[in-house]
Amino acid sequence: MNFNQAVKLAIAGIKGNKMRSFLTMLGVIIGVSTVIILVSVGQGSTKQVTGQIESMGSNLISVSIRGRGGVSGLNYQEALKLGDRTGVSGAAPTISGNVTVKFGTKTVDTSLEGTNDKYATVRNQKTSSGRFLLPIDITYRQKVVLLGSEVSRELFGFGNPLNQEVKINGVKFKVIGILEEKGSSMGGSNDDKVLIPITTAMRLLANPQISSISIQAKTKEDVDTVVRQLEAALLRKFKDEDNYRVFNQAEMLSTVNQVTGTLTLMLGGIAGVSLLVGGIGIMNIMLVSVTERTREIGIRKAIGAKRRDIMRQFLVEAVVVSSIGGILGILIGFLGSKGLGSLLKISTVISPQVVLLAFGFSVLVGVFFGWFPANKAARLKPIDALRFE
Amino acid sequence: MIQIKNLSKVYQTGSTMLQVLKEVSLHIRPQEFVAIIGPSGSGKSTLMNMIGCLDTPTSGSVIIDNHSTSSLSEDELAEIRNSKIGFIFQSFNLLSKLNALENVELPLIYRGVNTNERRQKAVKFLTLVGLDDRMDHLPSQLSGGQQQRVAVARALAGEPPIILADEPTGALDSKSGKELISILHRLNELGHTIVLITHDLDIAKQAKRVVRIHDGMIVSDTKAGD
Ligand SMILES: Nc1ncnc2c1ncn2[C@@H]1O[C@H](COP(=O)(O)OP(=O)(O)OP(=O)(O)O)[C@@H](O)[C@H]1O
Ligand SMILES: [Mg+2]
Repeated sequence: MNFNQAVKLAIAGIKGNKMRSFLTMLGVIIGVSTVIILVSVGQGSTKQVTGQIESMGSNLISVSIRGRGGVSGLNYQEALKLGDRTGVSGAAPTISGNVTVKFGTKTVDTSLEGTNDKYATVRNQKTSSGRFLLPIDITYRQKVVLLGSEVSRELFGFGNPLNQEVKINGVKFKVIGILEEKGSSMGGSNDDKVLIPITTAMRLLANPQISSISIQAKTKEDVDTVVRQLEAALLRKFKDEDNYRVFNQAEMLSTVNQVTGTLTLMLGGIAGVSLLVGGIGIMNIMLVSVTERTREIGIRKAIGAKRRDIMRQFLVEAVVVSSIGGILGILIGFLGSKGLGSLLKISTVISPQVVLLAFGFSVLVGVFFGWFPANKAARLKPIDALRFE
Repeated sequence: MIQIKNLSKVYQTGSTMLQVLKEVSLHIRPQEFVAIIGPSGSGKSTLMNMIGCLDTPTSGSVIIDNHSTSSLSEDELAEIRNSKIGFIFQSFNLLSKLNALENVELPLIYRGVNTNERRQKAVKFLTLVGLDDRMDHLPSQLSGGQQQRVAVARALAGEPPIILADEPTGALDSKSGKELISILHRLNELGHTIVLITHDLDIAKQAKRVVRIHDGMIVSDTKAGD
């Protein structure tokens, strides 16, 4: 008997007992689909978080300064000097505060950041219309503002804000640009803010102290050196490590990746267990099937079936059941992950490797758990099998 | 064709040993028609299963067509069953999920015969037993007599030299039984060696040779015309 006939026989066997075959498959279907759904959620959120971190700018180092009472902070010049070293391609000191922005009758409470022209490249912040801050804006303390997309929408709706005048804390500013949308991250919306020249901000907020500096290293390799230099310089200046913090984007990424990677693995592992349970289901049913079909096995042996013919028949049946279960599981996993993604508004990523792995595993489950029953059937003595009632 | 020497079979159930066949020797030549008779429990089926390579002897030897079965592996025995022997059982033993044609094709599947040839042969033998109009019927859609004729066609499909029939008429009415026996005689004329177990003395009388078994021993062996 060749392989084709064995497959035909297996399919006939499965069709002959549809309900049972389906219930047997169910274990594998649930196993495979949960593996795919859970892993896709895990990988999706990993991608989302790393995407957000990366969108903040590449090779980014953030220094935040916590002005403690009594300790003097950094002023703009000191902050620029801090960032002026080899290995650094740009530094954008930032002052922040909360302001009220008014256009006509509409008012919005939002956060304000005063920064310089470098911010655009360092923080990877593009404009969707208009222009970004220029050095001249900083030098001449221009009263110009870039609106975050949310702020722009609230104040202007669908109208064009460019070259309009808004009032920030009562002071007139000209809108020169709209910031490109960034979406929300762990820290809240990135689009609910306004940007003005740092020099203007010092006046407006009556605060010359820099609250943070975004520094971009030239290359990935420069990041560590620059971080070390910054830490040394900051310690010299502030004497106390509690007064400042240096965030390293690469480090943050690897931490996040590690955490979400572990999470994904754990989810996959839990789902894997259900696949295993599905396999045991197959074995159980196959054993029942062998017992039920003992007479059939006897008849087949009496007319010339060899051990390997019987073995093949049952093994192929187990593998066909688990493979069909695997394929259905992949389909359901696919739909489930898309459905869950849109339902919970999270991004899910189905990687081909996971699909292949889940399918391969389900076939393997069929072989592994089909082996024992198939072998049991193949070893039956013809006369014992024939006499079986 | 079939040579049995000092064949014994002992069954052990729990602590009791039951010797069912006691040093049986029997020589069956090609194209013989042998009827085996004897009381119930005398060991007829046991002997038949040994000849058919379904069971293994405790001691002694069975030689089929110059193959000593005790020296053969399980797969080789399967091959003997497939090519040398056709079984007809009292309880038909058809596969209930296969139709008549597929049941008859079965021995050829295990021999690796291709689909066309298989179909052709199965049709030929079903026609021979007069079931050419019932080929796509499942066993459950056939009468007892028809089922047994499917079983005969299946036994013939592999064109084995030996046909073993263990009370083939046991589950049939007398008319179907008679038809079946006449088919067996026709096969014998075509050159098949037939071994037939029966309780029916009338049927036994039609055989060329009658072997009587009692308590695991052959007590008489008469040939027609003796
Ligand atoms: N697997 C077994 N284990 C134990 N004893 C068995 C087994 N098979 C058969 N026997 C015993 O062997 C004896 C012969 O059985 P066998 O089936 O050969 O009888 P038989 O001559 O065919 O009888 P019948 O005409 O009723 O079919 C019986 O006494 C039976 O109880
Ligand atoms: Mg019997």
